[in-house]
Amino acid sequence: MDIPFDLLINAIAAGLLLGGFYAAVTAGVSISFGMLDIVNIAHPGFVILGSYIAYFININFGVDPILVSVIMLPVFFALGALVYQVYYLSFEKRGQESLRGLAFFFGLLFVTEVTLILVFGVDYRYVEAAYIGPSIHIGLIDLPLRMLVPCITALALFSAIQLFITRTFTGRAIMAVSQDQLALQLMAVDPIRIKRIAFGISIATAAVAGALLIIIQPVEPSVGREYIGRIFAICVLGGLGSMPGTLIAAVLLGVVESLTATFYGPSWAPAVAFGFLLLTLAFRPAGLLGR
Amino acid sequence: MSTAKFSLIAVAIGALVMAFAHWFHVDYLFFASYTILQFIVLATAWNILGGYCGYVNFGSAAFFALGAYSSVALIKFDGEIDAWFPEGIANVLHHIFPLPIPVLIMFGAFVSGIVGFGMGYLTLRLRGSFFAIATLALAVVLQTLIVNWDFVGGSRGAYVIRPENLEFAGIEINYIEYLFALMLLLAVIALTTARVIERSQLGFGFATIRDDELAAEACGVPTLRLKLIATTLSGAFMGMAGAPFPYYIGYLQPASAFGLEYAVNSIAMPMIGGTTSWVGPLVGAILLGSAQQYATVTISSAVNLLIVGLMLVGFVIIAPNGLIGLVQERLRRRQP
Amino acid sequence: MTALLHVDNISKRFGGFVALDGITLEVQPGERLGLIGPNGSGKSTLVNCICGTLQNESGSVRFDGSTMDGLAAHERTHRGVARSFQLPRPFHSMTLADNLRIPLLYTVHARLGPLRSAGDLDMRCRDLLEMVGLAKKAKQMPRDLTQVEMRKLELARAMAAEPKLLIADESMAGLSHSEIEDILALLVQLSERGITIILIEHIMSAVMSFSQRLAVLVSGKKIADGKPEDVVRDPEVVRAYLGQ
Repeated sequence: MDIPFDLLINAIAAGLLLGGFYAAVTAGVSISFGMLDIVNIAHPGFVILGSYIAYFININFGVDPILVSVIMLPVFFALGALVYQVYYLSFEKRGQESLRGLAFFFGLLFVTEVTLILVFGVDYRYVEAAYIGPSIHIGLIDLPLRMLVPCITALALFSAIQLFITRTFTGRAIMAVSQDQLALQLMAVDPIRIKRIAFGISIATAAVAGALLIIIQPVEPSVGREYIGRIFAICVLGGLGSMPGTLIAAVLLGVVESLTATFYGPSWAPAVAFGFLLLTLAFRPAGLLGR
Repeated sequence: MSTAKFSLIAVAIGALVMAFAHWFHVDYLFFASYTILQFIVLATAWNILGGYCGYVNFGSAAFFALGAYSSVALIKFDGEIDAWFPEGIANVLHHIFPLPIPVLIMFGAFVSGIVGFGMGYLTLRLRGSFFAIATLALAVVLQTLIVNWDFVGGSRGAYVIRPENLEFAGIEINYIEYLFALMLLLAVIALTTARVIERSQLGFGFATIRDDELAAEACGVPTLRLKLIATTLSGAFMGMAGAPFPYYIGYLQPASAFGLEYAVNSIAMPMIGGTTSWVGPLVGAILLGSAQQYATVTISSAVNLLIVGLMLVGFVIIAPNGLIGLVQERLRRRQP
Repeated sequence: MTALLHVDNISKRFGGFVALDGITLEVQPGERLGLIGPNGSGKSTLVNCICGTLQNESGSVRFDGSTMDGLAAHERTHRGVARSFQLPRPFHSMTLADNLRIPLLYTVHARLGPLRSAGDLDMRCRDLLEMVGLAKKAKQMPRDLTQVEMRKLELARAMAAEPKLLIADESMAGLSHSEIEDILALLVQLSERGITIILIEHIMSAVMSFSQRLAVLVSGKKIADGKPEDVVRDPEVVRAYLGQ
């Protein structure tokens, strides 16, 4: 097959940008699933919620969506802390995380999606901002700003999280709680409080990821479900709990998806993530950089 | 109560329901009841893996839709026999096709069972949560595959013409009633199977997996084998529930086959009814199913789903053993 | 006499952490082996590798003449290795009697074929519960038991699998003196029936009185293996484990 070079190079470029964005979406689950061992499948629901909030404020008040998400960070953090508290009291404490915890998050995901359908309907929504539309041209490569800006923001978010986890006391406590909860208690740190903070951060990232999502593509309530496969495929491929692994896996997925969409059609894109997931589970369940 | 007695009673109750609807000629009752029976099968199937073993399947819609679409594929195949095969073979095939629905149900069971087994084999050796996640992703992927497969109609959907009547032993039976009877039989089979499993050594083994898988292995329980049995059975039953669906609905679109209501109801019904016994899914399916039939007509289908979702979250937090669990608690407290 | 259990140079790492570093250990049939070592020395990891809960990365485990490498935990139980868990793990949705029925159904039956009727099974469960003094609580649930009763249930359940080798993993931690005596007496009784026992413990008095041989694990390595009186005088053991 004679592959036109400029089509190929643009597909790869788009994939790289997309991958950066995927890393931001997955960052939250890297924390909740990778470090806290909480299978929060409702995460995409929170992301879509972030998208809709960004949409609402953007359309009605003209505020830039990324700015909206920054303002929403503390709100989503509180929401995450609340959800964790309910989860902890209802399930973790009783040792019933597996079945009931999963059902709980599934219920949350479901309720979020249906509520959004009721409030906003099933039409696609999109935001307006100065950088949606124009592109930068570097030689053969077109970099649409509506993908470049989210990618850069995503990488900034990602670096911020990585710095927080490795450099601050709370951040390192979060890493510690994932490895040895008892030792943490012996250091007079309340592991439940640490986990609550971690989960709050995890959901806060969803606020930003949501705003970035609706910049990249129009959003409707069921879009969240497409991301479940992607998020967990990235988490597993990257190795649970490894932030650098998550970034690499996200970019890899982005590029493969982009190439698939360009050469085989966009309707095949959701299957790519699942293929990744299955292959990883079959051959290297620990992931690329997993423990 | 022996299994034989149980199934006879179940069939008798079903026959009564059918006679009632037939006598009073309430077609809507057949349609509504068919949906509830379908949910009984789905909820019971889900519970074999979810309630008995503790492994959550979020992709019930996928297994259901697989059953539905394997039927569609076979129905479409019937239409293409003359175009694809030389006359001799075509004549032979025409004697077999169109396949009667019970055969379609077997096919649905086979396809969904195999997929259940395959997914289980890949993911069940790892952590429990991986299986759940994989089932979520499976639904999306299968929908993608079906949407891209023009043979079964793709995103445009497939029309399936439902015959008016069926001739059986010289009697003409209304096709709707025939579908209803089939689904009734499936429900009885599903419930009986669940009950048999529950009281057998297999069910005992399932319970150890749910309680403490590590200890189960240490006691000599072959956990992987048992989990695969549960996954395959569960998937197969869901496929069986889906196989007659194209005939029931007449026009099958991926969006309806993979619909939200299947995913959430398969989980909500057993969890609200109670996961530890076969009664739970039955109670959950009848209560929630009827309530939803009513709500969809009077309010809207979206609000109806929202209520189901909220109930699921509520019950999971407050009454983890479902309605059956609440009743059992009540009874236990009464005993001195 | 060939060893019943032959652990040959096994290693196990978790990421960068080396839990077991070339452990070689032999247990003779009918022997009473004590295994001691500081927390984190790898005792539980060793047990897990022997029982199949974890798979060792190198080396091999041989039991009763054949290799067990690659076998799943339940298969090893079928071969005759049983263990009790450090933190008791009963099946909490079943009665005590039913807890014991599981290994009877899934291990003994698997090994011998379903020779036993339901009545036989019930009797066997009752015998086991008698042996650990829990016969009166046969119809109760694990959540109604005290700590020491849970430990006894753990041992009873391990015994229900009719093992050739029983590994008792810290069954006595946190128990009172008389409770320790109880468990010890039980283990001696089992040993007298011919069952090989590996006792993993911190309580030195129990270990010393029970063991015919003593092995010491420190930081994933075996630093001593011999007669108990000799081992406790070994300077390296004293330094690493017993205190200066």
